[in-house]
Amino acid sequence: MSKELNPIENPGVPEHVHRQTDVDPKAEKRAERQVASLFMLSAISTVGFIYSYIWVDSNVYTFIPILGDMNVQQLLLGICMAGAFLFIGIGAIAWARQLMPDNEVIAHRHEFRSADEDRKEFVETVKTQAAAAGIGRRPLIKRTLGAALGLVGLGPILLLRDLGPLPGKELEKTSWKAGTRLVTDPGDRPIKASDLEVGAVVQTLPEVENPGERSLNDIAKDPVLLIRLRPEDFNLDDERLSWTYEGIIAFSKICSHMGCAVALYEQQTHHLLCPCHQSTFDVTRAAKVIFGPAARPLPQLAITVDSEGYLIAKQPFTEPVGPSFWERDSK
Amino acid sequence: MSAKEKVPAVVANFVDERTGAAKWLKKNLTKVFPDHWSFLLGEIVLYSFIILLATGTFLTFWFDPSAKEVIYNGSYEPLKGLKMSAAYESTLHLSFDVRGGLLMRQIHHWAAIIFMAGMILHMLRVFFTGAFRKPREFNWVIGIGLLTLGIVEGFLGYSLPDDLLSGTGIRITEAIIQAFPVVGSYLAYFVFGGPFPGEAFIPRIYTVHVLLLPGIFLALITAHLMLVWYQKHTQYPGPGRTEKNVVGYPLMPIYMAKAGGFFFVVFGVIALLGAVASINPVWLYGPYTPGQISAGSQPDFYMGWIDGLVRMAPPLETHLWGHTISWNILLPGLIIPGLVFTPMALYPWIESWITGDKREHHLLDRPRNVPNRTAIGAAVMMFFFVALLNGGNDLIATHFHSSINHIMWFARIGIIVLPIITFFVTKRICLSLQRADRDLVLHGRETGRLVRLPHGEFVEIHEPLSKEELWVLTSHEQPGALEIPEVDANGVSRPGRLRAKLRASWSAANAEQIAKPTRNELEDSSHH
Repeated sequence: MSKELNPIENPGVPEHVHRQTDVDPKAEKRAERQVASLFMLSAISTVGFIYSYIWVDSNVYTFIPILGDMNVQQLLLGICMAGAFLFIGIGAIAWARQLMPDNEVIAHRHEFRSADEDRKEFVETVKTQAAAAGIGRRPLIKRTLGAALGLVGLGPILLLRDLGPLPGKELEKTSWKAGTRLVTDPGDRPIKASDLEVGAVVQTLPEVENPGERSLNDIAKDPVLLIRLRPEDFNLDDERLSWTYEGIIAFSKICSHMGCAVALYEQQTHHLLCPCHQSTFDVTRAAKVIFGPAARPLPQLAITVDSEGYLIAKQPFTEPVGPSFWERDSK
Repeated sequence: MSAKEKVPAVVANFVDERTGAAKWLKKNLTKVFPDHWSFLLGEIVLYSFIILLATGTFLTFWFDPSAKEVIYNGSYEPLKGLKMSAAYESTLHLSFDVRGGLLMRQIHHWAAIIFMAGMILHMLRVFFTGAFRKPREFNWVIGIGLLTLGIVEGFLGYSLPDDLLSGTGIRITEAIIQAFPVVGSYLAYFVFGGPFPGEAFIPRIYTVHVLLLPGIFLALITAHLMLVWYQKHTQYPGPGRTEKNVVGYPLMPIYMAKAGGFFFVVFGVIALLGAVASINPVWLYGPYTPGQISAGSQPDFYMGWIDGLVRMAPPLETHLWGHTISWNILLPGLIIPGLVFTPMALYPWIESWITGDKREHHLLDRPRNVPNRTAIGAAVMMFFFVALLNGGNDLIATHFHSSINHIMWFARIGIIVLPIITFFVTKRICLSLQRADRDLVLHGRETGRLVRLPHGEFVEIHEPLSKEELWVLTSHEQPGALEIPEVDANGVSRPGRLRAKLRASWSAANAEQIAKPTRNELEDSSHH
């Protein structure tokens, strides 16, 4: 934009104003002592750091208002380390600001665009050098090289194949089978209907022979919540009602949205809430989604009791538990 | 020459005879950098990256990146005898049985938060002052790349200890991967080496976190800094400053002392935070198991906005021919972040297309003088703010005793409405500030001194501005709108008319300005 559009001319870099340290030798000496003291404080902090590392007991805790319970050694180490660094920094900056020359300097810029002649020569060079390789004249080489380069990446990509097995139907399965007992988690005790009072919630897992060997992969899919309501509170169709037992209803605890554990049960409203994204499910209506981002109800597990009166699964889950995936066939 | 004086000469001679560095160093040791507090934001990011490398290396000496199950037998009583992964166990060991280990963990985490926060503030500074304009578009794009990778790196970092909170975050990530159409479950199985959680994930993300991503960071940061060095730093408009010069202080000794000192200050402040402010106390969360969760699960803030988007997503899934597409995950987890980050990366070109401005720019804009850009920036900030707020909707609900449903609906509507309102409000504020500048230039500064005139009227004395102040307020450009003819010389409408129309209307919106005083107006006013 041309200059005449500006109401005034560029007045130029303002004249240098002397600092007190430039004109008063006393102030200069004072500043020098300040900087030196700051560096000394850093050195003292480092000594404090070494002292805290060696001589302060690492198992002593103390309560400090606002901060809470603090490990004394870690706190001292941190404060000393902060001091050791901070004072060097502040000292160096004070030195630069008060004692080093503060005259503003002007440097010039040059446009990045090369001279027209250079640009032209560059293009010429590229052209002649490319011609020397003769890629334009040898289409056979050009095409085979293109094909080779296009394919060469496949090797490394293929190598990644063994990162994991193929999912197969595994995402759709859990450990629940017809007749599997529900056992408490933690505790692994089988449960009788009479163990649950109305309003009670119990987290359960399928019974296994050796609970110590249950893998996290199973725990990622198998948890089931048992909730006991008054039977008249249910608002279910006949099939789903037959999946309950004396007011006890069972749902997968793995959220149908993104797989978090649906852990919060509101007794008054019979709502299950996922703490991750607040999807809310209505237990009385087969865990229908009443709020939040989940698009599907929690899968319901059909339950009954075995000959000894312990709660068991009547059949496996009829749909995959957990978050959606492409192959999931949900009607 | 004394022996003491000889040493530097001998060293310099040795190096120069082998590299010829003297010429380059002579020129560059006195390289001029302009001074402004906002230029320190990028430095903070650089220094926290160095702190991350140093403290991270320390942590690797004890941390065991393994999901193998062990029984805890360390000195933290409440977890004794519990089954947990070796990763979690070694994190506890670092926190309780290595002197300074907890401090280093906390410094590392705080440095990561300051790294991300600094990067965002640095980016906002660059955006609002127009520092991304030609010739600095490369650095803008590198910056967006660093920001994106920073989000990933931070997330992987706090996922490593394998505590209940971070494990939940990994579970959610697995759900996002699994939601990819067609290949989702395959990708998830490859990433996790089988079904979730498996034992492969922790060692794999460890390699990515400590080797792959830091390597990429180092390369990108090097390129970023070399460009800053080569292109010379931008400067704010001011007396004596032009597009053709840099006014500031030389690298040696001023900036060596200031920037070097500032590194120590940044380290000191982060160390102090690490000392007194507890962060990510994983021993309170317990080891990860997919069947458990803690209420109030929150990611770190730079992930929080994605979580907020996920929370407010509508419950949409498509079921088609036996397949499921989870829009409730794809939209907030992948599509919307992509739709926000892509235009962000392309913004330098979008703006130059709208303004038709292809020149180099080294003088920064005052945000008020580019109302449209400032308003766009504010609107995008509002978008992220609403998303982040909704990411903490459960905490807001419990702290302020409000209904989570209301907060969610506020966010769902607000995420669309509030950025639009913000755009217009910000633009009006910018124009009002321009008007205030104009008044200040024409009428001077209010002094607060009242004078009673002979006929009884009270007036306030206005003091004229100095030449330097006037220059700062009036030296900016006010380019007009592009004129894009809809028809060519023969009266035939041009191809791509819609595009041209769009460009013309954006350009017109962009050119909306309060005219700065002309030379005549200024001269007239000084006679009063």
